[in-house]
Amino acid sequence: MHDLAHLKNQVTLEISQAETLEVLEELRINTLGKKGTITDLMKSLGSASPEERKEKGQEFNRAKDEITLALETRRAILQASALEARLAAERMDLSLPIIPEARGTIHPLTQTIEEVTSIFAQMGFVVAEGPDVESEYHNFTALNIPAEHPSRQMHDTFYMQPDADGQERVLRTHTSPVQIRAMKSMDLPLRILVPGRAFRSDYDMTHTPMFHQFEGLVIGEGIHMGHLKGCLMEFARAYFGVSDLPFRFRSSYFPFTEPSVEVDIGCTRQGGEFKIGAGDSWLEILGAGMVHPVVLENCGIDPEKYQGFAFGMGVERITMLKHGIGDLRSFFDADGRWLAHYGFRPLDIPSLLEGLSA
Amino acid sequence: MKITLSWLKDHLDTTASLDTILETLTKIGLEVDAVKDLTQVLDPFKVAKITATTPHPEADRLKICQVDVGTGSPLQIVCGGPNARAGITVVLAPIGVTIPTNGLVIKESKIRGVESHGMLCSLDELGLGEGGGSIIELPEATPLGTPVADALHASDPVIEIGLTPNRGDCAGVRGIARDLAAAGLGTLKPLKPVKHTDVVSKPLVHLDAPEGACPQFGACLIRGVKNGPSPEWLRRKLESIGEKSISALVDVTNYFTFDQSRPLHVFDAAKLTGNLTVRLAKGGESFLALNKETYELTNQDVAIFDESGTAVSLGGIMGGLDSGVTQDTTDVLVECALFDPIGVALTGRHHGIHSDARYRFERGMDPASVVPGISQAVDLIQELCGGTPGPIQISGTEPQWRRSVTMRFARLKSLTGLDLSPTESADYLKGLGFVLTHDDVTLTAQVPSWRVDVNREEDLIEEVTRLYGLDRLPPVSLPRKEGGFGGAYSPFTLRSSKIRRTLAGRGMAEAITWSFLSSTDAERFGGGHADLKILNPISQDLSDLRPSILPNLLRAASRNRNHGVDRGALFEVGPIYRNLTPEGQIECVSAVRFGTNHADHWQKEHRNVTPYDVKADVVAVLDLCGLDTHNFQIIPGAPAWFHPGRSATIQQGPKTILGYFGELHPSILEALDLDGPVMGFEVFLSAMPARKPKAKKTFIAPTFQAVERDFAFLVAAQTPGDALVQAAAKTDPKLITDVTLFDVYAGKGIPEGFKSIALRVRIQPTTATLTDQDINALSEKIMTTITQKTGASLRA
Repeated sequence: MHDLAHLKNQVTLEISQAETLEVLEELRINTLGKKGTITDLMKSLGSASPEERKEKGQEFNRAKDEITLALETRRAILQASALEARLAAERMDLSLPIIPEARGTIHPLTQTIEEVTSIFAQMGFVVAEGPDVESEYHNFTALNIPAEHPSRQMHDTFYMQPDADGQERVLRTHTSPVQIRAMKSMDLPLRILVPGRAFRSDYDMTHTPMFHQFEGLVIGEGIHMGHLKGCLMEFARAYFGVSDLPFRFRSSYFPFTEPSVEVDIGCTRQGGEFKIGAGDSWLEILGAGMVHPVVLENCGIDPEKYQGFAFGMGVERITMLKHGIGDLRSFFDADGRWLAHYGFRPLDIPSLLEGLSA
Repeated sequence: MKITLSWLKDHLDTTASLDTILETLTKIGLEVDAVKDLTQVLDPFKVAKITATTPHPEADRLKICQVDVGTGSPLQIVCGGPNARAGITVVLAPIGVTIPTNGLVIKESKIRGVESHGMLCSLDELGLGEGGGSIIELPEATPLGTPVADALHASDPVIEIGLTPNRGDCAGVRGIARDLAAAGLGTLKPLKPVKHTDVVSKPLVHLDAPEGACPQFGACLIRGVKNGPSPEWLRRKLESIGEKSISALVDVTNYFTFDQSRPLHVFDAAKLTGNLTVRLAKGGESFLALNKETYELTNQDVAIFDESGTAVSLGGIMGGLDSGVTQDTTDVLVECALFDPIGVALTGRHHGIHSDARYRFERGMDPASVVPGISQAVDLIQELCGGTPGPIQISGTEPQWRRSVTMRFARLKSLTGLDLSPTESADYLKGLGFVLTHDDVTLTAQVPSWRVDVNREEDLIEEVTRLYGLDRLPPVSLPRKEGGFGGAYSPFTLRSSKIRRTLAGRGMAEAITWSFLSSTDAERFGGGHADLKILNPISQDLSDLRPSILPNLLRAASRNRNHGVDRGALFEVGPIYRNLTPEGQIECVSAVRFGTNHADHWQKEHRNVTPYDVKADVVAVLDLCGLDTHNFQIIPGAPAWFHPGRSATIQQGPKTILGYFGELHPSILEALDLDGPVMGFEVFLSAMPARKPKAKKTFIAPTFQAVERDFAFLVAAQTPGDALVQAAAKTDPKLITDVTLFDVYAGKGIPEGFKSIALRVRIQPTTATLTDQDINALSEKIMTTITQKTGASLRA
């Protein structure tokens, strides 16, 4: 069996030296194929004796197995290096830039409105709405602002044509007329929040002819001024994200509330830097008060049974304070650079998952 | 409303510090807007004396002054003040001092070659008034070392109060003092007793105005007065709050205006013809006012006329020019009257006259102020100008103002949450001048004449709480609302919110623009109707309510382009206005896309935006409204502001228009100075009901294999491709789950005026696998339907 051993050694040597899968396949055919060298040797067994055949047959099978194993081992190695070569050839420069996608943004006023709404929603408020073009009745008279009251002039009203009945129409000077609409149409008790546009004929560094307000209204039995203070204090601390934010009520006057207050929060201007929080200074953020009994009566509500509070604040103002935006007019310029800078990402949706006090 | 600390102390006996006074004013509703305290600003300046002057060798207008500041060695100072001379007492800015008005820091310097060691100041430089270029001359006796603020009478802090419109009584210093006293900051001093008490009800003035317009008129003729400059104390008082001193007679009236919120007027009796009448003006009468303006009076204006028929005063607003007092006046008629606040407000607003008198009358005048007001004025005029007063003659009667208001302590508690003792509550009101009776349950208050704003229980509650201090009110959380887990937004508001965030997610920037625009822009976009015009617009650019958001967005796009931004996408969700009714306000979402779809890129070429880009936005919006392509139609063409061949109307049925999209018309872009192409859309959200959330059906995975078949049709070029899709889908809606239009081709191999359209139809069997025969039958049916509905023929 010298021939077999010799042949096997030679073949395994050749297999280990095969450089390509094609060469390897050729070797397989030349040894184990139908006309291969090993196959030829096996055929020669036909003439041997049964004992010899049995003994040699086993030797042949072992040799064949060894060669097959060598072939497979070598094939695996060659396949791996072929894959490696392919992968090397498929290399990409992933530092190259992606196709640019425009980043969309949400306007800071929208973001504020949704943040504020979320905070008050926590306290059980729902959003109510009303039209921008209002009757003089809803905007003034029903709110206890009589025709020639000096406070009407503080509003710098835009007038529209009167309606068919001669009733004056205005662009609402505040969101307060929605109080009247809500009290006349909704079931009591109620807690509503009214974000929306308001209009006054004034245009300078600190006034724009259109701006946004939030109106809040709570009517129920036993709702008192302490609730107003608690509600607004919780709001201010949540919105500005300062848990110990100094907060004070000051007496004031609005025709539609009594007693009326203005609300200040603490701030500091030390070293020329403005910061909301504990400090040496106060900053007015909103006006509020207990709903005037005349207003309740105007809406058919018995002031001896129901009472409540209302508040109103400027959306632009609290947005500017929170985000350090300097120029009021820039809110309405639609300057893409400004929107990209101050805008919010579409999924920055205020939620309890993230927390309402940003 | 400006007051000074010393003026306040004329009425308030207090030891409180300025800071405590300011804090209390703000706390009780008399908000301090500003405080000007010059003591600190003026502290580094010195009182000095010029001991000698010599002419400057190089300049005629300059003098070399030797100035004594009390240190023994005089300073040499070069001064250009024309009044600089030896012997006068002056204000020196020493080296290192900053001049408050211009920020100049005084340094050692040489002026035209002569050393100067400081600067002598003028009033202008210290921000204290107009000195006409002259340096300040202090009274000769002013000792060196006196603080400059004291020497200049500028040490008195000026407090500016933002007065709320309900507090007419606090439009005078005395009212403010009374409030502070009631808040515990001292005591209110009594007024000087009046001397001239000769009051008769024999009218000097005839009242002929409608009832209530001028209920009472006090007049007093003082003969033989000598008018002239006011004494120092009065001049200073008025000047300290920024008023000009005019003459003693006029200053007396202004003094009482600011001191007690009691406007008065003085006529030169020699310039009046006969007696005076208060009446409504007639059309055609005019009035020459003290401000030298002439006003055409209306028959709503209450004015004072003399017997010549000349209007000599506009009631409660302003006196006349020709009948006013001068230095030569010898006989003066003093007026102190009541005018109806509404009438004064109307007349003042109609003529656009703002005056200190109007400000006070509008806010409500003390109805009992006529007699004390005129008596005090006559006393002071006599004191300053001499003369012999006649009796104070009263026309009309003091209006009935006495009333009492009851407050329940339980109501005070229920409204404010404060549990105050009856005594404490009563004390606050007593301090304000209310006369009270109370037990443990209720309090009855007689309202003082000057508190015209107090009429009901809540008014008293407000007085008590504001003096107690709202800063001491304990905050209470609102009780939790039962079942309060619902959303805060209505389905409509929620939808708008989702649309905003979806469009932002599509790369667009949310804008918020004015609800108004110019009438030219309004007309370009289907608006400009008379009823949508603002009657008093703030400017021509903002004159009409917007019929569309597009023009505002296009203007914004144009501004952005001018900033060098060459691509962008802006959207706004907000109102447009079709008429003035609440239903005429439509919630709309509009957007523009301009420039290329993305910046230059190594891999993918950019292209201009196309109508299909905005169509994708529109489909996303409609999806949020619960509509898919089966629920609306795309009809070619849109209003005139769109490109006629590259725009479409989104419609539901023949009548309901949901919106428009497409390329903006080139002539619109030209008019708005914007380089094209620009795409845009508007979707009218109010036209669609809010989607109700529906429970999902159980999911059943399809049991049978779906098959797809492709078809190619030849169809007339103008036929909308979507018609073929719709026709295919409707052939058998149960089996056909999807139709994809995957190729459109015109050109070589296609006859002129035709195009080729290829569709892939997905067939999803639901009850059994389809046989070849079934599928072929369905394919036939699809082809027939498409041919029938669109005239298309199957391509060979």
